[in-house]
Amino acid sequence: MDWTALWLSLRLAGWTVLILLPLSILLGRLLAYRRFRGKGLAEALIMLPLVMPPTVFGFYLLVAFGANSPVGGIWQSLVGRQLVFSFEGLVLASVVLNLPFAIQPAQRGFEAIPTEVREAAQCCGLSPLRSLWKVELPLAWPGLLTAMVLTFAHTLGEFGVVLMVGGSIPGETKTIAIAIYDRVQAFDDQSAAIMSAVLLAISLATISLTFWLSARVGRRLG
Amino acid sequence: MALDMSAKAAGPIPLDVSFRVAPGELMALVGHSGSGKTTILRSIAGLWTPAHANISVGGQPWLDTETGVDLPAHCRRVGIVFQSYALFPHMSALANVVAAMGHVPRRDKVDKAMELLSLVNLTGLEHRKPAALSGGQQQRVALARALAREPAALLLDEPFSAVDRATRQILYRELRALRSHLRMPTVLVTHDLEEARELADRIVVIEHGRLVRTGTTAEIMFDPAALRAMGLRDLVSVLPAAVEAHEHDGLTRLSTPAGQIWLPGIDTGPGARVQVRIHAHEVIVARQRPQEISALNVLPAVVKGLAEGDGPGAVVRLDLAGHELLARITARSVHALSLEEGAPCFAILKSMAVARDDVQHDPS
Repeated sequence: MDWTALWLSLRLAGWTVLILLPLSILLGRLLAYRRFRGKGLAEALIMLPLVMPPTVFGFYLLVAFGANSPVGGIWQSLVGRQLVFSFEGLVLASVVLNLPFAIQPAQRGFEAIPTEVREAAQCCGLSPLRSLWKVELPLAWPGLLTAMVLTFAHTLGEFGVVLMVGGSIPGETKTIAIAIYDRVQAFDDQSAAIMSAVLLAISLATISLTFWLSARVGRRLG
Repeated sequence: MALDMSAKAAGPIPLDVSFRVAPGELMALVGHSGSGKTTILRSIAGLWTPAHANISVGGQPWLDTETGVDLPAHCRRVGIVFQSYALFPHMSALANVVAAMGHVPRRDKVDKAMELLSLVNLTGLEHRKPAALSGGQQQRVALARALAREPAALLLDEPFSAVDRATRQILYRELRALRSHLRMPTVLVTHDLEEARELADRIVVIEHGRLVRTGTTAEIMFDPAALRAMGLRDLVSVLPAAVEAHEHDGLTRLSTPAGQIWLPGIDTGPGARVQVRIHAHEVIVARQRPQEISALNVLPAVVKGLAEGDGPGAVVRLDLAGHELLARITARSVHALSLEEGAPCFAILKSMAVARDDVQHDPS
C-alpha cells in the first residue's frame, strides 16, 4: 500500500475542489443568469475536456505548461520552478480537466432557481452578495455539492492526463491511480488490489454522502 | 409620497406612458397580456430599464435616463407581490418576511414580522415553509413580505390570478381592509376588470404600451372604447341570488331581488346564497314584456345610464331592484327603443347563457 501516493491523490483532489468551488459559483452563475454573445462557445469549451482523449488533452497541457510557453514561462519566473512534472502543475491541469464536472452541475443548480425568486430577493433589499448568501446558495447547493463530489472522485481516478503532465515522481506527481498501474506492471497484484479496494471504498463513500445529503435537501424543501 | 413615472421604449415591448399615483391611492393597470402592464411594474421596481424613463417616488429620483440616475433594484424601497409569489422556498413564512427587513434593528425583526403576519391573518402558520401553505396563504405571506420593507411604493403583479375565485373574494376583502393602514401609492396590474373594480380607486387601461383611458372605475366600466381595449367579455355584472329549488327538467330556480330566474342546474342546495355573473353582451333589453320568447328570464328594470362609444356599441346600465346590471347592445337599438335615463324596460337573459362556473357560492 503506497500511502504517499494516496495522500498525494487526496491533496490533489482537495486543492482541485478548493479552487473550483469559487470558480464554479462565479462561472455557473454567469452562465445560468446571463445571455451574452459567445455563450454557446464558452459552454462548449468548458465541456471540451469531457470528450477529448486524455492523452491528447495531456499533450496540449504539457505544451502549454512548458518553460517555453507563456504560462510556463511566467510561472517559472515567479516561482523559480518549472510547472511541468510538479504538484502545482498537476493541480492546474486537474482544475482545467475538471471544469465540466464542476461548472455544469453548478450552472444547473443556479438555473433551477426561478428568476422571480431572485428578483424578489432584490426587491426585498438584498444586495447581490446577500442575495447569493441568503437565497441563491441555499437553493443551488445540491448542484454545487454534486459538482464538488464529482470533481473530487474524478480527480482521484484520473490517469492519462496526470501521467502526461506529471510523470510519475513519488511524493510530487505519483498519484494512487498511477501507483496502481505501477504495481500491476511490477506483477505486485496484492498491492494493486489493496489500493484499488481503498479507491473503491472512497468513491463509494463520497457518492453515498451526496445521495444522503441531497435526499435531506429534498425533504427540507419539500 | 407620490409615484411619478414616464417612460418611452421601442422594444422588446413598446412603451409610451406617463402617470402619477397619489399617496394611499390604488391604481389598477388593466390590459391584455403583452400590453406592457407588467413591464411598467418591472421598470418601477428596477428589474427592467426602459430606453427613456423618469421614475421618482416622493420626489426622490429612482431612474432618470437623462441624468443617468439608476438606483439598483435592491436600493429602491419597493414592495412587490409577484404573480407566482416568488417566496423563498427554503425559508419559513416568518423568515421570508424577516428577509425583507434589512432596515429594521435585529432585535425588533421577529416582533415586527409576527405583527405583519397577523395583519394578513397568518397567525399560527409562521413556521411553515411555503410548500406547506395553500395558494391563498402563500399570497398573504408575499403581501406581508412586500410590506415588511416599509415600501415607498407597493406593486402588485396579478397577485390573485393563481387562487380560486372564492379565495380571491376573501383576499379582496382583506386587501380592502388592509388599505386603511397603507399610506404609499399602490399599483395593481391585472387583466381582470372585475378585480380592478373591486380594489382600485382609479383604473388605467393600457394597450400596446399606451394608456388608452384613465378614469374612476365607474367611468371605465362605462366606456365602450376602454372596454374594447380590454375585450368585451370582460364586462360582467354580479347579481346576488338565493337558490329556491332544483326542478325536474335539470334547471335550478333562483330568486333575485328583481324576480325569479332559471339557470342550468347547479350543485348548491336550496336556501344557499349565490352570486351570478352575467356577461353584458348576453343581456337583451326590451321596452315591453316579450310574449312567446324562448328566454326564460325576463326581469323588470329601469335604465340608470347609457354610454355610447365611437363604434356601433353602447353600454346600458340597468337598475334591477337596486342592483346594477350591464347590457351591451348596439347604438342602433338604443335609438330604436328610445332608451334614456329613467326609462322602464325589461332585461332578458337566456338561461343557457349562464355557465355553471358563473354561479359562485356567496362567501359573505
